[in-house]
Parts: sequence; structure tokens; C-alpha cells
Amino acid sequence: MSDTAFTGLILLAGALFAVGCFGVLARRAILVQLLSLEIALSGPALAFIVAGARHGQAAGQGMFVLILVLAAAEVALGLALYLRLRRRSDVTDSDTLRELRH
Amino acid sequence: MSGNFAIWAASLAFLSALVAVTRASVAHVLIWLLAMLLSLAACFFALGASFAGAAQVLIYAGAILAVFVFVVMTVDASPPAQETERARLGKAWIAPALVAVLLLAPLAGLTADPTTPQGRAVPATELGALLFGPWALAVEIASGLLLAALMGARHLGRRGRPEGRR
Repeated sequence: MSDTAFTGLILLAGALFAVGCFGVLARRAILVQLLSLEIALSGPALAFIVAGARHGQAAGQGMFVLILVLAAAEVALGLALYLRLRRRSDVTDSDTLRELRH
Repeated sequence: MSGNFAIWAASLAFLSALVAVTRASVAHVLIWLLAMLLSLAACFFALGASFAGAAQVLIYAGAILAVFVFVVMTVDASPPAQETERARLGKAWIAPALVAVLLLAPLAGLTADPTTPQGRAVPATELGALLFGPWALAVEIASGLLLAALMGARHLGRRGRPEGRR
């Protein structure tokens, strides 16, 4: 991999994370925010894979596997919480969450 | 050179992500996210990380998105709801976009170190030797995390017992 390709890929990884962050901040639907978190997590995943490929080390893919586990756990808990909120008080966007305060 | 293809696939992933976060309907967001994950998998394959690419397709695009599909089926996708979503996004996108661009600022002066040896494809056997050798503790902790998430999801998802009788 050439130096320019490496720089470009790392920049794209950062851009993916920024897009995910934008989604979490700008959107109000909880489901879309969860999906944006997935986008944000895939940015670091790409960075790890690119760095692992450049240095020829397996640690990059190892970190990718750990990120995958993290994403799966986050989705499982996030969706369970979302469904619970829906069932309890029909909340679908994060602005109305403040009404849940006691 | 596979580096060019990797850049092309990653750019495609970036554009799909950009489209995904700006769609009003959750179903459209999901489809664009699928496009993003698959082009990212293509990028991983081009970089020689075949195990990561396969895991991306099977677990991310296959399992995680399938779970999302089940939940999206319960969401209100009527035209009025989409209009609200669109109006809400049209109002408040500047500040988040600014924050997102500022996040990229540390990457501004990024240059690759030319003394690094040129990369090579990492076979899955090396990954296995790493994960079940020196990183065994990390894998155990990850399995603990998955177990905790499983129990948490089970706990949050249970129904039947009325509220207040706990």
C-alpha cells in the first residue's frame, strides 16, 4: 500500500467516525441514533484494519474482532432498552426522554 | 494495486454513510447502512484482511442488521411521521455538522511515515494465533461482555410481570 493510499484511508476512517457523530447529534429518532453509532464504530474499525495491513500485523484484525463484539453488545442492549421504552411510554425520539425524569 | 480499490470502496462507504444519516425514513437509513457495511467489507478484502471482511458481511451486515430489521418493523413509517423527521433534520443540522468537521481537525496534518515497510496480507491463521495466544484474556473479557449484554437484553425484554410488583 502506498503512502498516499494509507493517508487517504485513514482520513476516510476519520470521516466515517465524523459522519456517525453527526448522525448521533443531529437525529432525534433513537433507532437512527443507534444506527449512527454503528457508523461511528466502523470508522475506528477501518483505521485498525488499514494500520494492521500496512504494518503486516494481525493485531489490527484482532482489534476489529473486539470492536465487532462491542458493537453486537451495544446493539443488543440498545434495542432492548428501546423496545422497553416503547412498551412503557411509547417514546421513539430522544427529546421526549426528558419527560421520564422523576 | 489493491490500495486504489480499497480507497474507492472506502469512499463509497463514506458516501453511503453520509446518505444514511440524512434519510428521513428509518428503513432507508437501514438500506444505506447495509450499502456502507458491504462496501467497507470490500475495502477489508482489498486490504488483505479477509477474515475481517467475512466477519463484516456475516456478523455486521447479516446478524446485527437483521436484528435492526425486526425492530424497524414496529416503527411508525407513515408520511406524517416522516415529514416531522425531515423538518426536524432541516432545522438542526448546522451545529452537529460543525462539531463533526471539527472532530476531523486533528487529522489535518496527517502524513504517512515513509520508513514503514510496505504492508502484506495477514492470513487468518495469524489472527487465530494472536486471539487465542497472547490476547486470550481480551477474548475472555469480550465473551464476558457478550454474556452481560445477553443477560441485560433478556432482563430488559421480559414481559408479563406488571410494573410495580418487583
